[in-house]
Amino acid sequence: MATNGSPKPEPMAAKKASPDLLNSSFSFKSLKLKTKQQELLLRVSILGLVYVLAFIARLFSVLRYESMIHEFDPYFNYRTTLFLTEKGFYEFWNWFDSESWYPLGRIIGGTLYPGLMVTAALIYWTLRFLRFFVHIREVCVLTAPFFASNTTLVAYFFGKEIWDTGAGLVAAALIAICPGYISRSVAGSYDNEAVAIFALLLTFYLFVKAVKTGSLSWALGSAFGYFYMVSAWGGYVFIINLVPLYVLVLLVTGRYSMRLYVAYNCMYILGMLLAMQIRFVGFQHVQSGEHMAAMGVFLLMQVFYFLDWVKHKLNDTKLFQTFLRITVTSAILVGGIALGVGTASGYISPWTGRFYSLLDPTYAKDHIPIIASVSEHQPTAWSSFMFDYHILLFLFPAGLYFCFKRLSDATIFIVMYGLTSLYFAGVMVRLILVATPAVCLISAIAVSATVKNLTSLLRTKQKVPQTGSTKGVGSSKSSSKVTLDQSQPFHKNGAIALLVGVFYLLSRYAIHCTWVTSEAYSSPSIVLAARGAHGNRIIFDDYREAYYWLRQNTPTDAKVMSWWDYGYQITAMGNRTVIVDNNTWNNTHIATVGRAMSSYEDEAYDIMRSLDVNYVLVVFGGVTGYSSDDINKFLWMVRIGGGVYPVIKEPDYLVNGEFRVDKGASPKMLNCLMYKLCYYRFGELVTEYGKPTGYDRARGVEIGNKDIKLEHLEEAYTTSNWIVRIYRVKPPTNRL
Amino acid sequence: MAARNWIFAVAVFLSLSTFSSAQDLQIVNAERRIDLSSHIVKAFLTLKVENIGKDPAADMLLAFPPTQIKNLAMVQALAVMGKKKKKNYLPLDVKPSEQPDAPNDAGYFLVSFATPLGPGETVTLEVLYILTHSLEPFPVEITQSESQLVYYRDSAVVLSPYRIKQQTTFFKTPSTRVESFTSVEPANRAGKEIKYGAYEDRAPYSYAPVIVHFENNSPFAVVEELVREIEISHWGSLQITENYRLTHGGARHKGVFSRVEYQSRRSISGSSSFNALLAVLPPRVNSVYYRDNIGNISTSHLRTGFKKSELEFEPRYPLFGGWKATFIIGYRVPLEDYLFEAPDGRRYLNFTFGCPLVETIVNKLTLKVVLPEGSKDPSAVLPFAVNQDLQVKYSYLDIVGRTVVVLQKDNVVPTHSVPFQVYYTFKPIYMLAEPLMLVSAFFFVFVTSLAYVHIDLNIVKK
Repeated sequence: MATNGSPKPEPMAAKKASPDLLNSSFSFKSLKLKTKQQELLLRVSILGLVYVLAFIARLFSVLRYESMIHEFDPYFNYRTTLFLTEKGFYEFWNWFDSESWYPLGRIIGGTLYPGLMVTAALIYWTLRFLRFFVHIREVCVLTAPFFASNTTLVAYFFGKEIWDTGAGLVAAALIAICPGYISRSVAGSYDNEAVAIFALLLTFYLFVKAVKTGSLSWALGSAFGYFYMVSAWGGYVFIINLVPLYVLVLLVTGRYSMRLYVAYNCMYILGMLLAMQIRFVGFQHVQSGEHMAAMGVFLLMQVFYFLDWVKHKLNDTKLFQTFLRITVTSAILVGGIALGVGTASGYISPWTGRFYSLLDPTYAKDHIPIIASVSEHQPTAWSSFMFDYHILLFLFPAGLYFCFKRLSDATIFIVMYGLTSLYFAGVMVRLILVATPAVCLISAIAVSATVKNLTSLLRTKQKVPQTGSTKGVGSSKSSSKVTLDQSQPFHKNGAIALLVGVFYLLSRYAIHCTWVTSEAYSSPSIVLAARGAHGNRIIFDDYREAYYWLRQNTPTDAKVMSWWDYGYQITAMGNRTVIVDNNTWNNTHIATVGRAMSSYEDEAYDIMRSLDVNYVLVVFGGVTGYSSDDINKFLWMVRIGGGVYPVIKEPDYLVNGEFRVDKGASPKMLNCLMYKLCYYRFGELVTEYGKPTGYDRARGVEIGNKDIKLEHLEEAYTTSNWIVRIYRVKPPTNRL
Repeated sequence: MAARNWIFAVAVFLSLSTFSSAQDLQIVNAERRIDLSSHIVKAFLTLKVENIGKDPAADMLLAFPPTQIKNLAMVQALAVMGKKKKKNYLPLDVKPSEQPDAPNDAGYFLVSFATPLGPGETVTLEVLYILTHSLEPFPVEITQSESQLVYYRDSAVVLSPYRIKQQTTFFKTPSTRVESFTSVEPANRAGKEIKYGAYEDRAPYSYAPVIVHFENNSPFAVVEELVREIEISHWGSLQITENYRLTHGGARHKGVFSRVEYQSRRSISGSSSFNALLAVLPPRVNSVYYRDNIGNISTSHLRTGFKKSELEFEPRYPLFGGWKATFIIGYRVPLEDYLFEAPDGRRYLNFTFGCPLVETIVNKLTLKVVLPEGSKDPSAVLPFAVNQDLQVKYSYLDIVGRTVVVLQKDNVVPTHSVPFQVYYTFKPIYMLAEPLMLVSAFFFVFVTSLAYVHIDLNIVKK
């Protein structure tokens, strides 16, 4: 930290003779000579504290639960990281995983973004080299908080770049605890996003810096930042579309400059070449529709440069106008033809479903149920904006106002980043994450500018009547101020009240963030916690119970069929082969499983035999009242299954368009495999006092089919709270 | 198995004429009580030995059939001194012995008397031997609702190279449910006890195979492998990490596992399964954890006491026959309770061998004592034979690595939980190595940042 902050003071202080920071007011009273050092010390220590804060705020999950990997995808990442540290990079790169997608398998090396795993492995190897013999799990658990801390540093520099150091510090503090970011970066949330947000912000910062300076080295830096981002997360597409868009806006608004030309060309060409080294991206980067905008803008830049040159050479406006017309028309024509031919010949692949669903939120719902079925792909509710941003939601427009007041290349960028990402955040819940840095930065500008205006107002009012000696300082301050403040006759008390209000809001923000982090975002979702009747904490550890049972007590080559949500967990914790998992690359395969789950037992048996299934795992919340179980997900299985196999029809499972499991449920529903497996022998159980047997607590009804007989399957294991039920597929009986 | 035993018995009788006792000892009275109530078979043998020869005898032999010798975890012998009121016991030296003319691979243990037994003298010995893996489940596979039946094979008469004048054998079963037992007259059963004998005047190497088939639902907790690592830190604590690979060694579970049955009819359903284990840990234990490969296991409860601490814990799932569970228990104890300085200046660790779990068999126990970095000349002192080895382990901030004394023993039972010592030399100055490293690293960081701030790297002066 010290090294990061220290080289900055000289150019900073030189540039702004009167930075009128809040901090500098203290330094005037003490030794005058050391103002610079004091300011630096203050800044570095604030940044240091923010760095630490960002880290420890994310440790709630470790304190509340334990040092463990959370949720679904992180288990895959953990498993691959383990593989990488054990077998080395080349084995990892060439890894064909036969434990998932049975019998197809999966080429892991070519179908993942290796950035996260390589980062964790490098940290692990470094620590081991330094004789810190930590377990790889600890490294993985703490990767996200560590990178969140690093992000605060980037946010500081970014804020400094677009506004001033004050805004940078505020931005760092805001992003350190912003729930929108914490939700994806608590300790244990070992997912791509953990490092990707850091990489994203770093790339943007370096690019803005490159545009500002026109320096090749910054552009090179941003290309490498982009490379890191590409290696880490599929969200890099956002960068490769936002940056060209930004460049385009600068071109249109007449802000074209040599700096921009150097920055963009260097970043695009190098970034592209580097990105193509990632196997999962490869030639997509020059062939797929999502990347075409960047290439188009790149070509446009050349045309612009060419025109500039011609204009310079011709030195004749009229001639140039004609030339301009011809060139632009032909350029657009050639570009259009190239794009058309490329698309028609299939050389340029069309946009993917996920990309479509971003532009058209209803697309996935109608065409790709597998994308629509994921809860984090749902459109965002207003409440979750409030939940994740809190006061930033109000500060954001204020910040936009300040940005427009002081328009520059950098502020244009942040405004564009903020607006586009906010749109995407509205389309998909998980993309709130991408918008968070922008929202924090813009809000930080609002906070910083407001507070600065108010305090300086306060100070000038104080000082002017007292002595004339400080007049020089006061006047230099007011001159640097936006003229708005002077014109409005704020009273001292008004300013104080407003300041108190700002600090109240900020403290509410801090309280809200802490509360959200500890209550909502720190649950690993593997271990469920509930409050008992006497206020004691009850832990449901059924998932791990079941996975460990699978790991220890089934043959090592057993194949487990379950809905795809649990695939990664079964392979990582249960160490058994699965049919489908969370890498939903083969829709047909998933549909086959969905079909098996929604068929009658004997039909399902044939499907399971054809897939060599030995065990079937279902998640059932009827005993505990755990609502995200397989019965509640069942309609998605029907939809996805029906999308490929028309024999499965959604209306068969509904009664008057209603999904029921009680006596009024449709006969197909009451006899399909999923229903049978979930409710097998549940009818004998009293779950709640005063209710009949077979009372499903998750749905609050008495089940409709209490006498379930299984013919081809048998109960192999059910966890202590019935959350996970595992069935063994019997071998076929001998024909007589 | 049974048939083989018969053949064995016949062979023993045939070989009688050729083999005669080397020493002129005879056993006046033998009483054997075999406790079959858990899966660890404990046999208490009381022998009254008389020297009928002319020379004093320094030792005597205990013979075991080959089927038992490989499962024999421990043999202890005590000489009973004094009369009834002032009885006291004197431990005797017992060691395995090879006899060149042993019939049918019988195994021997040589018991050395405290004082040689003069001609005509008698001595009373109490022998305890412990057998593991000697209860054979039959039927081999059972369903959840069945209870577990096992075979125990032994001889109705004590196998001995000496003539036994009079002997009785008692088998104690865990419950009154005994399916069958081989009758060797006189033999009868009363409640939980089966009595064989008394048999008069049996020749050396007499053998009368018997099979007892009875119900045994005690937890067959078998630790297939246990690795205990004791790491000594001279900064004040002893960190113990125990890696267990536990299995249910009884009749294999067959068919379904029904949670409804298991939770509603607990008494009859899954009676041979177990899900609670008890580990006896040292007193003043702290920082106890219980976890496995995929994380913490929340079902454990610790009671600390002055003499011992007890950790009650459950595996993630109940263990039925053949099911496995692996887990790790770790804890820390204060160093001053276990590390002492020997008169010659060496330090020694005095710790308990064996497995902390009660009533378990450990098939393979590996005990690793990790000495602090810089320790020299390690040596281990144990009351019984173990395989010893030395390794090097790297831990936090190690440069040359730590010496690890590896002690390895197969077939460990709770009676092996006795103290052992590891001696080593250590210079206290080594304790400062790691703090100094950290201090110098921080110092270096600050110096470089200082230097970086003060050095102007710009080529062009501003």
